[in-house]
Amino acid sequence: MSPTIRNRLLVILGLVILAVVSLIPRNVTIRERGPDGQMRNTTVRRVPLSLGLDLRGGIHLALEIDESGGPVANREDAIDRALTVIRTRIDEFGVAEPLIQKEGTDRIVVELAGVKEPGRARAIVERSAFLEWRITDMDNQFGDALETIDLALTRVGVRSGGGAATPLESLLGGLDSAAADSTTADSTAGLTDRPLSEHLFGGGIPGEYLVLEEQFVHVDSLINHPAVQRALPRGIQLMWASEPTSNAGRSYRPLYAVDRRSLLSGDALTDADATIDPTTNQAIVRFSLTRRGGRVFQRETGQHINDYMAIILDGRVFRQPPIIRSQIGREGQIELGSQSVQEAQDLALVLRAGALPAPLQIVEERNVGPSLGLDSIRKGRNAAVAAVLLVVLVMAAYYRTAGLLAIGALVLYVLFTFGGLAMFGATLTLPGLAGFVLSLGMAVDANVLIFERIREELKLAKTGRLAVDSGFQHAMPAIIDANVTTVITAAFLFQFGTGPVQGFAVTLIVGIVASLITAIFVTRTFFMLWLQRRDATKELTI
Amino acid sequence: MRLFDEARYDFLRFWRPAVLITALFVVPGFVLLLTRGLDFSIEFTGGTFMQVTAMNESMTTERIRSALSAAGLGGAEIQTFGSSGREFAIRARLDPRQDVSEEVTEQTGATVDSVLTAAFGAGGFEIARTEAVGPKVGSELRDRAMLAVVLSLGATFLVLWFRYEWRFGLAAVIATIHDVLATIAFIAYVNLEVSLVVVAAVLLIIGYSLNDTIVTFDRVRENIRRFKREDLYHLLNRSVNETLPRTVLTSGTTLGATLALLALGGPVISGFALVVTFGLVTGTFSSIYIAAPVLRLIEMRWPGEDARGTRAITKPAPATVAP
Repeated sequence: MSPTIRNRLLVILGLVILAVVSLIPRNVTIRERGPDGQMRNTTVRRVPLSLGLDLRGGIHLALEIDESGGPVANREDAIDRALTVIRTRIDEFGVAEPLIQKEGTDRIVVELAGVKEPGRARAIVERSAFLEWRITDMDNQFGDALETIDLALTRVGVRSGGGAATPLESLLGGLDSAAADSTTADSTAGLTDRPLSEHLFGGGIPGEYLVLEEQFVHVDSLINHPAVQRALPRGIQLMWASEPTSNAGRSYRPLYAVDRRSLLSGDALTDADATIDPTTNQAIVRFSLTRRGGRVFQRETGQHINDYMAIILDGRVFRQPPIIRSQIGREGQIELGSQSVQEAQDLALVLRAGALPAPLQIVEERNVGPSLGLDSIRKGRNAAVAAVLLVVLVMAAYYRTAGLLAIGALVLYVLFTFGGLAMFGATLTLPGLAGFVLSLGMAVDANVLIFERIREELKLAKTGRLAVDSGFQHAMPAIIDANVTTVITAAFLFQFGTGPVQGFAVTLIVGIVASLITAIFVTRTFFMLWLQRRDATKELTI
Repeated sequence: MRLFDEARYDFLRFWRPAVLITALFVVPGFVLLLTRGLDFSIEFTGGTFMQVTAMNESMTTERIRSALSAAGLGGAEIQTFGSSGREFAIRARLDPRQDVSEEVTEQTGATVDSVLTAAFGAGGFEIARTEAVGPKVGSELRDRAMLAVVLSLGATFLVLWFRYEWRFGLAAVIATIHDVLATIAFIAYVNLEVSLVVVAAVLLIIGYSLNDTIVTFDRVRENIRRFKREDLYHLLNRSVNETLPRTVLTSGTTLGATLALLALGGPVISGFALVVTFGLVTGTFSSIYIAAPVLRLIEMRWPGEDARGTRAITKPAPATVAP
């Protein structure tokens, strides 16, 4: 075997390995709502090809600021506020990997795969935001009650160590604690079992606890357990931070014990803005309150000087609660220390989101039921299989041995296309699947062009090797020109199309690249191998 | 196996019948289009589309219609969807003459759901798919579809212009426009719903038809250099014939793929498959019967004066004898 052929085979092998590796089913951890309504991480094993909503089933919502009740000042800020609010509710949707993003300057797109109740998703998105300020647990009431809580959990059968109780166990324990009591009564390990507190690390301020991010879901299910809710001190509520923080290389999710009563709610705020304090050169957030809100705030802050005040949007605490340094009236400011301006702007956005609700309306909704999605996948697959069989039959009948080379190239084409889609994280949609089926027919075009050309060259009484060489060479300009136009069309479709059509465009582009690689490089290598095995002086039949 | 090996068809002779066939197909199609209009999907008009799967036999279009009419949704169109007889499509288009708020479309879906639940019971049907598009998004999608078509046509022409001289580019463009017109006429004939995916199919046809034409023209360009003394009429015929096996084979495999899609792909994608199937036929027809004759007409009108100066633009050698 000549070194050229060996190198070419190595390249092909490399490409095949790359494609296969990118398609190997792997474990993916997704966060979704279990049958008991709790969010938890589940691990599924699947081929890393993302399916579009039209194949998976799910809901796509496009939202804009609703101005039917009068124009909204500063629409762009309103969209940012609404985006902040929807992101806060990310867990409420109860689906894995929800997509929430801004499109252009005045639209929000929410995509929820596998959502079964579109009405609920709509309601979550359209609900107006609620902002409130609450004092954290300054008297360590929660910390003191932890032992009781641990005991209560142990009584219903939740043990420490092993971590997560199965949903069934905790569900039964909650519903039928008397029965659980009797089963665990003989357990004397109750005093050393600390099912909740073993996950809690002390935070930097009163009422703050840190939970390892990987324990977040487990601890969340614990604190929502009826036994814990019953054992919690009256007047105390537990709330999660909106985002994890990192400490010494590990990621923690802060949990806050806060007063049940709120100092102030968002309707008392009139505005909030991030600036740089000119004297200290620190990022600060300035806010102003209504006249009534200012009176309430003055009274409350007067009683809570040196206490910490949590800023809570839709039940999530934003940033570490700041300390109240002095009595605050209608105007106040939050110092962020050495934090960046970006963080100050984010906090101001949260405050404004609560102060100035941005009413949203749904301007586009696409909703595909899960059974239709499965049906589409099945039908698309059948069509693809039929198309492959047809093409294989035609090529084998028409070109015989050379046709087998083309079929080998076609197999690699299918592998490369799906490998490419997985590698680039492209989304496969129903039109994309249709585009793939079509491209199977077109993928052989480059091969056909080359084979026809080789036949013509053979007619000119060239030897096999020469005919193959000049056949490839002469077919090249037509192959390139013809495919460039299709790529251009696909690129514009991608730019201007919506989800499913974009999937079509991506599949088309990946398919064309794959077909060029297979036809120009792979088939040629096959030909080289074939010619080498034969006596070069013999006539080549194609 | 060989097909059309050493073919020597005189394709160019049939350019008049070819143009006639095209005209007979396209003109009535456009008359139909102007009188009846195209059936644009709610993606473009705005409105609500619902695909409902019946779980039992009690659901019929008539019963759905009467249930919806009673609820004040008499304007909704109800059709069976696909061939199973269990799928129904309900369309409520926005009335462009009415100034409707964006919120209306969302309520329609909820209303249809509750009306159907009242009429057929909660387990009697399943909503397989809902699309609700407000007037603003509708007009936006319309604009974007137009932009996609116009810009991709423009960009491909630019490429043709760079890669070939303008005579070839113009002929390829005319052949492609032929295919687009024929496809639009076809859509008008079968009264196919024009959705974004159908627009994508039309764009795909543009790509495919150009692909076909380019392969032929590439051969023309090569033959011009090889057979400097041959007149254009024979040269074009020779080129079309030489590429004929490839044209037929590729069209055949691609047609096989679209037919597989049409037969097995299901009703959601059938519009796309139908348009592409037709487009393949017209694209193949045009690259054989339209592109080459148009190139010849252009060459006769504006003779090519390239550096070689050897391009002959004569009719088939006239067998005239001096008197």
